[in-house]
Amino acid sequence: MGLMDRHAIIEKNATLLLVGSLLVVTVGGIVEIAPLFYLDNTIEKVEGMRPYSPLELAGRNIYVREGCYLCHSQMIRPFRDEVERYGHYSLAAESMYDHPFQWGSKRTGPDLARVGDRYSNTWHVQHLSDPRSVVPESIMPSYAFLKDTPIEVKDFSTHLVANRRVGVPYSDDMIAQANADLMAQADPNADTSGLLARYPKAKVGDLDGNPQQVTEMDALVAYLQMLGTLVDFKHYDEAAGYR
Amino acid sequence: MKFGTETVALSLFAFAALVAAGFGVDEPFRQHMWVLFIVLLGFVAVLLRKASFAPAAPIDPSAYMDGPIRYGAIATMFWGVVGMLVGVIIALQLAYPNLNIQPWFNFGRLRPLHTSGVVFAFGGNALLCTSMYVVQRTCRARLFGGNLAWFVFWGYQLFIVMAATGYLLGITESREYAEPEWYVDIWLTIVWVAYLLLFLGTLLKRKEPHIYVANWFYLSFIVTIAMLHVVNNLSMPASFLGSKSYSAFSGVQDALTQWWYGHNAVGFFLTAGFLGMMYYFVPKQANRPVYSYRLSIIHFWALIFLYIWAGPHHLHYTALPDWAQTLGMVFSIMLWMPSWGGMINGLMTLSGAWDKIRTDPIIRMMVIAIAFYGMSTFEGPMMSIKSVNSLSHYTDWTIGHVHSGALGWVGMISFGAIYYMVPKLWNRERLYSLRLVTWHFWLATLGIVVYAAVMWVSGIMQGLMWREYDEQGFLVYSFAETVAAMHPYYVMRAIGGAMYLSGALIMAWNITMTILGRQRQEQPIPGSVPALQPAQ
Repeated sequence: MGLMDRHAIIEKNATLLLVGSLLVVTVGGIVEIAPLFYLDNTIEKVEGMRPYSPLELAGRNIYVREGCYLCHSQMIRPFRDEVERYGHYSLAAESMYDHPFQWGSKRTGPDLARVGDRYSNTWHVQHLSDPRSVVPESIMPSYAFLKDTPIEVKDFSTHLVANRRVGVPYSDDMIAQANADLMAQADPNADTSGLLARYPKAKVGDLDGNPQQVTEMDALVAYLQMLGTLVDFKHYDEAAGYR
Repeated sequence: MKFGTETVALSLFAFAALVAAGFGVDEPFRQHMWVLFIVLLGFVAVLLRKASFAPAAPIDPSAYMDGPIRYGAIATMFWGVVGMLVGVIIALQLAYPNLNIQPWFNFGRLRPLHTSGVVFAFGGNALLCTSMYVVQRTCRARLFGGNLAWFVFWGYQLFIVMAATGYLLGITESREYAEPEWYVDIWLTIVWVAYLLLFLGTLLKRKEPHIYVANWFYLSFIVTIAMLHVVNNLSMPASFLGSKSYSAFSGVQDALTQWWYGHNAVGFFLTAGFLGMMYYFVPKQANRPVYSYRLSIIHFWALIFLYIWAGPHHLHYTALPDWAQTLGMVFSIMLWMPSWGGMINGLMTLSGAWDKIRTDPIIRMMVIAIAFYGMSTFEGPMMSIKSVNSLSHYTDWTIGHVHSGALGWVGMISFGAIYYMVPKLWNRERLYSLRLVTWHFWLATLGIVVYAAVMWVSGIMQGLMWREYDEQGFLVYSFAETVAAMHPYYVMRAIGGAMYLSGALIMAWNITMTILGRQRQEQPIPGSVPALQPAQ
């Protein structure tokens, strides 16, 4: 009996067909994805990575909510033109606390992996409110409503707890201070020493030009201004990071 | 009482939605729960109006259950028009950004509405209704599980409404083609398991000894989508009364999980399922047997085995380790072979009936679908080659590639299947108009050609502009200049899309009139009826 004839056995048994196809389709995922969780060299060894501050995380959630990832990548490829245009190529370590990742798949707008510290806060607010007033060629929608939307915080610590449950190293202290840190980061008069000890390099102060309240614009600018600024590439060992 | 349990259960769910609308921790969640409440209330009202205490009429267990299929055909048409219309709107937004209306109708919120609308609402309903049609007729068995098919149909529509309204409210996981948040994902899981039970149950009670090849593809599509959906959507909600959840994986692992899902949403939802459709409707419409049984065995197993590996080609030159990228590329190139196996088996089914391309516009539609399938499954492996991908990635070339597959293959084969099914489902002698099918065919085909050609030009052009250096070694173009250069192509792309949409509108008219039982008086297609010979 030839191999092709034996196929009749599967064709006459729906359960066998179901189990057979399920087994066949699981192989690829197991071989490709599972090793990424245990191979040590998947994520490079770098210094400076830390979890997002509460305001940055809130800003990141707005970035996700508005679908920014649909037009902006956060993944610089190791090509001469990309490195000159955007900065050092992206490392896996730089998104190790990203749940979910925001690498993107399309560059209708430029890459944002290292947009932090490139423009002033004022520029970002102006650009998000009326993109074509600062970049005439831009086709980005306006996000002026973010300035007028106060950030809605019931208990932001639940967001840090959810992140900790999936592996982000938020400490008990960070979780206890979540709401206070979130408000303090955008308050020009707040004492931010504790915040900066917990989240080094966080951008503090009035971010959206409106010191009276913490808005969604504050959060989004806080997030954009820290993108790609955490890892110090002077101390990065390129050869050791090669996989 | 007829629908007694269902009415009570739905009322309880509606009440739960109302409570969640009151106690939700974030504004989008509260709004979303109001939407759910109103939709469920609508369902309850409909059921109450249908309430009847007369004993249920006996069901003939040998008759096919076609009610959900009729609804499914209408839903396919409806969501198809909606999804394509949103596509034309976002295409125009890219050409004329002032068309964005913040916050609900900005590009970033409408784009998932378009992708989910055409993939899951249009494509999903097409798969749902054709699979129910095919499995009954090839198994000679009524659908399994009584009203289970109705639950699957209406449950799936509820998923679509919740996903779509969620996007507009800003509720998204940001995983492409898997954007709905955790509670909508859980609902889809329930509906999908019911669908698997419905399909498998019908296969198990079949009266034919062999399971027909179309059903292999449908079954593998259903079971693989279940696996992909569950794994890719694993996430931790911040609150069970809130819309926000955080993915179980992070960074590089999250990226590969997502593209393992994303590529196989293409491979199984948009390919395996629609190959099932091809294997039934093409032989039926051409009135010819499937070309090769052996080829169908080989390409079925090779296709489902190889497709799963292809995900990493979405992550070439990223921070994904090189070994995974290379593995993904190798398997993507191998995938070319089983894909063309399917194309050959579909096209060659017309052996001995090629003249029908001239005389039967429905066959013409199916043939062009298979031709586009062959074209895009060649283009895909080519784009997965790392050096090609370094140019094409992040550009419109990818968008063009997706659309030649989606508009050409998925759209056209679905249109063909619907044109075939509708007269039979409503016991009509023929379609309202075959000439309108020809109009639809040409509008759609030319629309795709315009769309794909324009995206090739804009994609390759922008990719080359990004990497162009002058003789002094400086980058020639700023990013903004490359955006400005896209404008004429974005206008032309919108025109191509509008042509495709207008074809779909003609089809909606044709299908509506067919269902209403009208027949258009028109000249037959030349050659479709034998010419009368003059008397000697």
